[in-house]
Amino acid sequence: MTQAVVDRLKAQFEERVLETSDAFGDHELVIAVTDWVEVAQFMKDDGDLQMDHFIDLTAIDYPERESARFDVVLMLRSSVTGARIRMRTYVKDGEEPGTLSEVWSGANWAEREIWDMFGIKFKDHPDLRRILLYEEFVGHPLRKDYPIDKAQPLVPYREVDDTDKLPPFGIEEGQPFARIDWESRLAGSDNQVSPAIGVQQGQRRTLSDSEAAQQIQARIAERMAKDE
Amino acid sequence: MGELKVIGGGGEVAVTTRLSDLLQWARKWSLFQYPFVTACCGMEFMATAAPRYDIARFGAEAPRFSPRQSDVLWIVGTISQRQGPVVRRIWEQMADPKWVIAFGTCASCGGFYDNYATIPGVDKVIPVDVYIPGCPPRPEAVLDALMLLQDKIQANDRKPIIVPPRLVPERAPGRTGEGHS
Repeated sequence: MTQAVVDRLKAQFEERVLETSDAFGDHELVIAVTDWVEVAQFMKDDGDLQMDHFIDLTAIDYPERESARFDVVLMLRSSVTGARIRMRTYVKDGEEPGTLSEVWSGANWAEREIWDMFGIKFKDHPDLRRILLYEEFVGHPLRKDYPIDKAQPLVPYREVDDTDKLPPFGIEEGQPFARIDWESRLAGSDNQVSPAIGVQQGQRRTLSDSEAAQQIQARIAERMAKDE
Repeated sequence: MGELKVIGGGGEVAVTTRLSDLLQWARKWSLFQYPFVTACCGMEFMATAAPRYDIARFGAEAPRFSPRQSDVLWIVGTISQRQGPVVRRIWEQMADPKWVIAFGTCASCGGFYDNYATIPGVDKVIPVDVYIPGCPPRPEAVLDALMLLQDKIQANDRKPIIVPPRLVPERAPGRTGEGHS
């Protein structure tokens, strides 16, 4: 059923549908960021497609990709035909795709969330404010180069020296994984970022590079030698 | 209550004690609570308040809907950075003497939320008297915490305390010799 949607869009937009793919019957098409709103509007208005159900709009960060840093992904469904389709576009850092809130009003908050988490602006959005975080927050936390341990407290953390109630936990004990000390986390000066970037920048080793992995490999080799 | 002296006998008896002891005794048996419930620990809090565990046995059954009328602030659940100023303001509005109970792991130390969004323990923002470990804690642990708080109030002890595990399940720690870890 969704193949028909893809065919219809290919017939309408021809080479402006950049790529199509199919995973277990879930079809996806890639649209240029300049055609983003036009194609979306067509999907909703066209008599054959009638994509009236806006499911979700989200983004993915690929910091290592040079052509365009972000994917913006739109998931749609038609309550008339039951067809589902996924639409994707590649967005460079700083580039502004047009807003879909005129097409589906549900996209309004989804786009605010993307702005909040990834820092992608949407052109002509009626009210592009942060939706989950606070206005004082600096940066966008789901970008993979946001330091993984950087907190930005609204209330300054308590000075325990001048109170009669000392927390029973030590400064590391309060943290579940005790990864980093408080001062550097608050200052944001630690270099630790997400694992993917850490591996890329040589700050972290990959799992297969670890001592544990080598031991497992040695054990497997030993067992295989014994079997022979 | 502290030391009680019984004077007289027969039909008329008078009991003497220190005024501060009497006040602390009155306070510990009439704790008005302000539940600040943000997450799943609230379910266990409701269970504790319901008839089976019956928090009314400890004189703490009356929830107040204004922090200005309450004595105990229960922080029940995860506190996000965005809620920090709210919690702080509520605590500031409470009249002295006031006590704070951190209910569950998230309120005590952030739990497994180790990220930009969550305050790693509400004691980073307000002082806490009793910490209840558990994810979520059982109602028995909550009642242990309440009894520990009562002991602390009676003794005028401001040092924070973590609810210890029960070695003997049916005995609350700190109450009897056995069962206390």
